[in-house]
Amino acid sequence: MIYMALYFAIGCYGIGLVFNLWRIARGPDAADRILGLDTMVINVIALLILFGILKGTAMYYEAAMLVAMVGFVSTVAYCRFLLRGDIIE
Amino acid sequence: MEILTEVAISAFLVISGVFGLVGSFGLVKLKDTMQRLHAPTKATTLGVGGVLIASMLYFLLVKDKLSFHELLITLFLFLTAPITANFIAKAYMSANIREADVPTTQGEKGWAIYDDPPEPAEQD
Repeated sequence: MIYMALYFAIGCYGIGLVFNLWRIARGPDAADRILGLDTMVINVIALLILFGILKGTAMYYEAAMLVAMVGFVSTVAYCRFLLRGDIIE
Repeated sequence: MEILTEVAISAFLVISGVFGLVGSFGLVKLKDTMQRLHAPTKATTLGVGGVLIASMLYFLLVKDKLSFHELLITLFLFLTAPITANFIAKAYMSANIREADVPTTQGEKGWAIYDDPPEPAEQD
């Protein structure tokens, strides 16, 4: 039963990634694209943890943690570039 | 007892998957950028939170290992989600909304995205 639920959740997040990709490709504004990328990072974190449960190892938390940190920093960098025209002033 | 843990873990996984899907679907469906800011918060809090609770329960009850890494990821995401949402809203406002269209701040300083930052106080 756990495995069926796991595959269901992995499928949900996979479809979610397709939706995010649609928003990134379509998005009328730069803010929409940043939002799509940010949501994509969230979905990838969830997928990594689900993959870790599927394989039964705790090794993927570090990867998920790194993806979370890099995603946050990249989102802030994009927004600062849009706001001020520069990332580190 | 075995079946109870399986049901609990599966329920958390299914709930989190549904919320992740809802969050990403809202990104496609909602009409306006400011409305779309609302949708991914579901995927962040309930979606990833449910996955992390499910993985904690799985490693605690099935593998007999107690791990706190998940709590770190949850804490980090909960801390950073409002900051990124605020930054995206600011980026949108600075590009698309004129200063005349927003109400005044009713303070001595204006909106931070339109005005220059105030001069730093003199250091002694």
